[in-house]
Amino acid sequence: MYDVIIIGAGVSGCAVARELARYKTRVLVLEKEEDVCCGTSKANSGIVHAGYDAKPGTLMAKLNVEGNAMIHKLCRELDFDFAPIGSLVVCLKEEDRPRLQELYDRGIKNGVPGLKIIERDRLLQLEPNIADNAVCALFAETAGVVCPFGLNIALAENAFTNGVEFEFNSEVRDIAFVDGKWQVTTDKEKYETKAVVNAAGVYADKFHNMVCDSIINITPRKGEYMLLDRTCGGYVRHTVFQLPDEMGKGVLVSPTAHGNLLVGPTAEDIEDKEGVNTTPFGLDKIASFSMKAVKNVPFRSVITSFAGLRAHEDGGEFIIGEAPGTDGFFDCAGIESPGLTSAPAIGRYLAEMIRDKYHFAVNQEFNGKRKGIIRPKNLSESELNMLLKDRPDYGEVICRCESITKGEIVDSIIRPLGAKSLDGVKRRTRAGMGRCQSGFCSPKTMEIISEMLGIPLSEVTKSGKGSKIIVGSNKDEI
Amino acid sequence: MDYDIVIIGGGPAGLAAAVSARKAGVEKILILERDNKLGGILNQCIHNGFGLHTFDEELTGPEYAQRFIDQVKELGIEYKLNTMVMEISKNKVVTALNRAHGLFSIKAGAVILAMGCRERSRGALNIPGYRPAGIFSAGTAQRLVNIEGYMPGKRVVILGSGDIGLIMARRMTLEGAKVLAVAELMPYSGGLKRNIVQCLDDFGIPLKLSHTVIDIEGKDRVTGVTIAEVDENRKPIPGTEEHFDCDTLLLSCGLIPENELSSSMGVELHKVTNGPVVNESLETNIPGVFACGNVLHVHDLVDFVSEEAAIAGKNAVRYLAGEGSCMGKDIKIATEGGVRYSVPTTINPGRMTNELTVRFRVGDVYKDKYLSVYFNNERISHKKKRIMTPGEMESVTLKRDELEKVNNLTGITIKIEEE
Repeated sequence: MYDVIIIGAGVSGCAVARELARYKTRVLVLEKEEDVCCGTSKANSGIVHAGYDAKPGTLMAKLNVEGNAMIHKLCRELDFDFAPIGSLVVCLKEEDRPRLQELYDRGIKNGVPGLKIIERDRLLQLEPNIADNAVCALFAETAGVVCPFGLNIALAENAFTNGVEFEFNSEVRDIAFVDGKWQVTTDKEKYETKAVVNAAGVYADKFHNMVCDSIINITPRKGEYMLLDRTCGGYVRHTVFQLPDEMGKGVLVSPTAHGNLLVGPTAEDIEDKEGVNTTPFGLDKIASFSMKAVKNVPFRSVITSFAGLRAHEDGGEFIIGEAPGTDGFFDCAGIESPGLTSAPAIGRYLAEMIRDKYHFAVNQEFNGKRKGIIRPKNLSESELNMLLKDRPDYGEVICRCESITKGEIVDSIIRPLGAKSLDGVKRRTRAGMGRCQSGFCSPKTMEIISEMLGIPLSEVTKSGKGSKIIVGSNKDEI
Repeated sequence: MDYDIVIIGGGPAGLAAAVSARKAGVEKILILERDNKLGGILNQCIHNGFGLHTFDEELTGPEYAQRFIDQVKELGIEYKLNTMVMEISKNKVVTALNRAHGLFSIKAGAVILAMGCRERSRGALNIPGYRPAGIFSAGTAQRLVNIEGYMPGKRVVILGSGDIGLIMARRMTLEGAKVLAVAELMPYSGGLKRNIVQCLDDFGIPLKLSHTVIDIEGKDRVTGVTIAEVDENRKPIPGTEEHFDCDTLLLSCGLIPENELSSSMGVELHKVTNGPVVNESLETNIPGVFACGNVLHVHDLVDFVSEEAAIAGKNAVRYLAGEGSCMGKDIKIATEGGVRYSVPTTINPGRMTNELTVRFRVGDVYKDKYLSVYFNNERISHKKKRIMTPGEMESVTLKRDELEKVNNLTGITIKIEEE
């Protein structure tokens, strides 16, 4: 019998898990994929929003501002990559100035610190590549960029080392409230728990509607992106937005936490909850829309494109709390932008709500600190050479584009909730994330995975399940 | 650690540069190689056809590499394997990392850049669709098959008709896979004619020119791709879509010289080749820093890489001896009428050897056209070429005495002419 079962090991689910680990609880996270951070959490802008977008008084506004402040501290506690670079919402027409002012006013009401409206001269100093017709901009100093995988993985690892259990490749099929407790049935097992947290991303409506009469409806809203080489990371220095419209915050141009340049997303409502394919239409749109705010984005240097799905609920607001008429089924649904920013605050908000219902006692042994993977790139020459005396693996570069060593890849596999696939290694270390897109390093990384996990090379996958990379040996079929 | 010449890369270019520099009399040479053996990409090129120009016989890639590795060893040239160069400073301090020495620095008298190239990835091509397992660059697939002995797929579509893709079409077929088609965006192949004949035609694999992949299906592993014909603007033509059930998509859509190290040390790059801009000595804008092989511009034949690298090696030795410090002036080579670039881009007759091979590529297929060389406005050579294609590197040879004969030479032009 668990105290809490969390459905979904995305950033919200893992944030709730880590916050629940502060109490004496038995918590299980069920994830249908082979790893954490495999859905909405892995394919988004990675922006830590300041908090001026959401309407004052909404949960979105409150949790965004709180989450932003938390990430500024959490990045040190949990050792993930976050760069507080600030953001700019650029106004391209004088007549739109009132809309920019409105954003500013909203930000003030939401309690966002460090907001100001800057005029064209100052804007040009900050961003020399801004569009010629840019009039003014809303500057938000607390905004930043985070590695979305880094945040999600750090929360999960820290939850795990504080006793939270994780089951992967476990898809929840049924949820029922029987004799005062919840029965959660996956494709493999049946579990019992006092409370359920529904953090199932684009599938959260499915689980909510299984147990609650007041139904919710989540539409996957596809966002396509292009990622440019690190040589272009300085093309803009802040996250550059255009004024938002009814479909969201529009196409942004931003450095990433690792110094690439990210351009996107589009916004298209689709039916397929797994529809993460990119489209010719989407990729064209990114190019044309981004150019409105930033001149001559160097698209020649695109290294990859991808698509993610926002979990858009019809109400356009986070749905967080006990579902009406249920006893212990807690939604964490409709977590679209600013969901990533809000995640730490969502975790705390929901965990405290659950604690209060079940009177969980404080876990004195909780340790909120986590050390990430050692990055030789970030060490001084003497520090690195000290490390190499005991750990020569950190002197063997496997991914040449991102200078990722064997030591980092081995660590990513053997650490708590370690990687099991090429994508798992990639999200933890960046091996394969560079300009050659794993062309050179994937065979070597596959060998390391095979060796560390004790599986044949032919069993190594890109991302679990049916994603084997090798289909047999030479001349098998002859 | 001090060396006269540090060579970045132990592939065919680096090896040939080292051998030639040693033979020209320089003692302290060091090759830094990131892989666990010398030979570079040749180690996975197990097909034959290498060495016809250099050794007058047909060798496999590893055999060709071995000829140079043997010489490197016989000549006692030092090399470090599994060593990644992290940075080169403008004053030629090379910082590298390996297991044995950690992070270490080497002061070089001259540096020869020979890092080779990488393949253009699916991401850089912006092919829409899902991102499942089963999408490989042709070179990655080649390594899996030829070095590891594993099949990356059974039913294969190949996008791009670069040489590695053509070679892999044959290899995958020989190893038991079914290669359904090779789609090429351009109206001509990017590879050598001989590879089209020997790797596609001989195996009945269709080459679909002016076609591209417009969708990739499969959420875990590739289950199919859709290709379509493209118009003259390379945009897919509606109604020409053709679907293939396959588990693999190989990409052979061009090679990009790997010049991140070069550009971060301040080496000027050429917009067309993505390789360093070099003079007749294959020297970059930084004196004493030379480039050769695929890091300079992508070659079709390794024989020409070896030839070019040997020249870079010799010139590095001349640089160390203080020869060739500037006399006379640099003359620019202009490329016109379908000639896309030239290597080198400038010539100083005062520094050049008696003969100099200028290599270049054309931007389209030219049949029965003339290739001309002008000194100032005077046409000094005019040769009819039966065919010139972007997939085959061309060259002209310039003679020093002819250059010196011209009064007040200010420019050299290479162009394609109708007549």
